[in-house]
Amino acid sequence: MTVSQIRNVGLPLMKLVRWEGVPILRQLQLEEQLLRTSSENWCIINDGTKNPTIVMGISGISKLGKPAELLKLDRVLNDRIPVIRRFSGGGTVIVDHGTVFVSFICNKDAVSGLQPYPQPIMSWSSQLYALVFREFGDFNLRENDYVFGDRKFGGNAQSITKNRWIHHTSFLWDYEVSNMAYLKHPARAPEYRMARDHLEFICRMKEYMPRSVFIDRTIEAVETHFSLRPVRLEAMETDLNPRFAHSTKLLTKQELEAAGFESHLKTSSLSHSL
Amino acid sequence: MASRLWASKAASYLRLSVFHRGFSSVVEDLKYADSHEWVKFDGKSAVVGITDHAQDHLGDVVYVELPEAGTTVTQGSSFGAVESVKATSDINSPVSGKVVEVNEELSSSPGLINASPYENGWIIKVEMNDTGELNSLMDSEQYTKFCEEEDAKH
Repeated sequence: MTVSQIRNVGLPLMKLVRWEGVPILRQLQLEEQLLRTSSENWCIINDGTKNPTIVMGISGISKLGKPAELLKLDRVLNDRIPVIRRFSGGGTVIVDHGTVFVSFICNKDAVSGLQPYPQPIMSWSSQLYALVFREFGDFNLRENDYVFGDRKFGGNAQSITKNRWIHHTSFLWDYEVSNMAYLKHPARAPEYRMARDHLEFICRMKEYMPRSVFIDRTIEAVETHFSLRPVRLEAMETDLNPRFAHSTKLLTKQELEAAGFESHLKTSSLSHSL
Repeated sequence: MASRLWASKAASYLRLSVFHRGFSSVVEDLKYADSHEWVKFDGKSAVVGITDHAQDHLGDVVYVELPEAGTTVTQGSSFGAVESVKATSDINSPVSGKVVEVNEELSSSPGLINASPYENGWIIKVEMNDTGELNSLMDSEQYTKFCEEEDAKH
């Protein structure tokens, strides 16, 4: 046996999937299906997604007009930027080839002593990433964001079912300033943001460490908890039921236009009543 | 000491059990699922919500995904979700039957689940198929012990 094989004896098994440029909609739909129908532990790393895409949390389209509060809808519609509503909680992000995604899907007993609730899972993840980012910056978990100092570079979201949970992160390896212009300043923002403009609030990971080092170190950190087995995407998909009903979906132009119209109506009725 | 005595008397009046270590309240006469939902029943009618223990561990609820009236629910299966912090968490039905009413207040005031988990924060009303399912749920004493053991393990 090799040294790493000896070290991994006794650790729970986790399947490792490494992708490059897989479309984020496909990734999220796969994750939702694995969360709900698989009984195994998974780590999914997707290095970039091809086209700029806006990804909203579960409540992003809950009320008519809400997307208009979070997005510059005219610009989004005009430039035909895809908007996805994902199955997990949390806020709105715009992702592209400069985003690195890392997701953990686990059975609730997979991590010894970990209670399957938002805060303990968030804390566990931050300890794992503290190993990854040691020496590379002033890393911290701050109001559920990963930061260097007071600048966010990683956004988190979770979904917790009866017996399983997912914690997934979008890491800002790099970003296009023009893409950030599609997002509005959200009404519900962390306190440490202190009303900073988007570009003053976030930072690029590439200014702190090489991309391959981040991914390699993440895998090493995961191996302190799990025995990893690489799996290919094609092999995975043949085992999955093609009729699974995803809640993760691409919002239609009509849905977004309706959201914009409702928001306009609200604004108009407010100004009339004043 | 005096405030603890007062709290015990108040708890007794309200038929609450308050275990001081965990600070979560448990209501007598309800039944409880191991996924931390409660059910109040009267004949075939049931009201369902999540417990004080659950809301405390989830954090501030900011959104509730509710089913529609007329939906079928199955014991142990998910019928909706709450969002808190960055997480969605499934709500599982402790009984099987048909949803006859949904607490629409939760759409505009999701925080009712935190503020009043057993009263104003109720989530659905169900017409039960089989009241015998209630026998597989925990009573308040069993649920209190269950929560203590769960918290002690972690």
